[in-house]
Amino acid sequence: MSKSQTVNITCTINEAQYSFELPPLTRLIDVLREDLQLTGTKEGCSEGECGACTVLINGELTNSCLVPIVQMDGASITTIEGLSQKGILNKIQQSFWERGGAQCGFCTPGMLMSTTSLINNLSTDEIPSEEYIREWLSGNLCRCTGYSKIIESVSLACEVNNG
Amino acid sequence: MDKISVETPKDLSGALEIMSKSKLTPLAGGTDLMVQQEFGSLKAKQFINIWNLNELKGITHTNDSFRLGALTTFMEIRKHKLLKQKLPMLVQAAKLVGAIAIQNRATIAGNIANASPAADSVPALLCYDASLELTSTQKKRIVPLKDFYLGYKKMDIQSDELITAIIIPMPKDNPTIYYQKVGARLALSISKVCFAALVQMQSGKLVDVRISIGSIAPTPLRLYKTEDYLKQKKLNASIISNAIEQLADEIKPIDDIRSSKEYRVKVSTNLFRNFLESL
Repeated sequence: MSKSQTVNITCTINEAQYSFELPPLTRLIDVLREDLQLTGTKEGCSEGECGACTVLINGELTNSCLVPIVQMDGASITTIEGLSQKGILNKIQQSFWERGGAQCGFCTPGMLMSTTSLINNLSTDEIPSEEYIREWLSGNLCRCTGYSKIIESVSLACEVNNG
Repeated sequence: MDKISVETPKDLSGALEIMSKSKLTPLAGGTDLMVQQEFGSLKAKQFINIWNLNELKGITHTNDSFRLGALTTFMEIRKHKLLKQKLPMLVQAAKLVGAIAIQNRATIAGNIANASPAADSVPALLCYDASLELTSTQKKRIVPLKDFYLGYKKMDIQSDELITAIIIPMPKDNPTIYYQKVGARLALSISKVCFAALVQMQSGKLVDVRISIGSIAPTPLRLYKTEDYLKQKKLNASIISNAIEQLADEIKPIDDIRSSKEYRVKVSTNLFRNFLESL
């Protein structure tokens, strides 16, 4: 009986390098939460609909529950833990704080990652419409239904980003 | 213990070589396969990881056609300026495949090969007369998408073949298009009915008509009988009502967890009427 396959993967997570030996289809979210104790990334639906597990991979918004570790060799991953610096909230986090963009907090890491990606994809001086923001965040579900304050938080983050 | 294994070839020829020797399931963006794995419905155990194969990436075009590499993501499609102009229904479909994070990973060939009757891109591709380029170590062949689906999740593809590109003829004129997806909600829903149509009018006559509906039958359909009925006709109330009857007869809707047969017929014919009356 052959042994189950494992693969050797080296990737960068929040600017630190890690190497793993794991079964190839191990989900990125499990590596983050179980192996690295980066539990800011949440698991909601496990099928790419709720966005609680959202991270950035090479700068692109991605559901970490749908990514097999075999595809992460050489990748650069940013999780919610990578946003603040030395315990100081970044401008996006600060905007959510100021506008009350978090209620129970479960969707918040994903909302912040999606906002980060939204801002990174804006051209200089571009102020996104509410419709644009809603579409960019449509993959992030908030069951406290605090959407209005979340949209206000994202708008503020975009203004601060331009200011 | 599961005996899942994944091979990661360095390039396309390496991938085809491996596929010529054993039966492997291609793994691209993983947005379908990883869900199946999590929910225990993944039957395949042996995979070939094609996500990094550069030969399968990129969108190019000539005067006659577009070529979309198999790994083209829906985000790349929705950002592409010429596609927006020439194949707007494909871009509309791309925007409706999940949300941004899914669109960054989900690929056009994956959407086709997953063979869901509800694949949002397929009705648009059928209206645009898309073909697939299938490649093995032995040969390359082109299969029109309309002939690719043989039945529910059954496709005209051999185990040593990989979908390497989607070829779409460059639309010559500026046809009127209609793409509507009906789901339980606006974002992230799986279609109950996905309707795509394209017509070219010349002095009041329909000189080109193409109609495709997804999510109503075991495979997405092109409705050739209804198209033939409408071709070279000038629309009036009785032609429209006959065409709607023809369409209701041609589609063979399914009952499933998302919707009933009756509902699907009603929605399909309403969308069709809406489209014809807008011309």
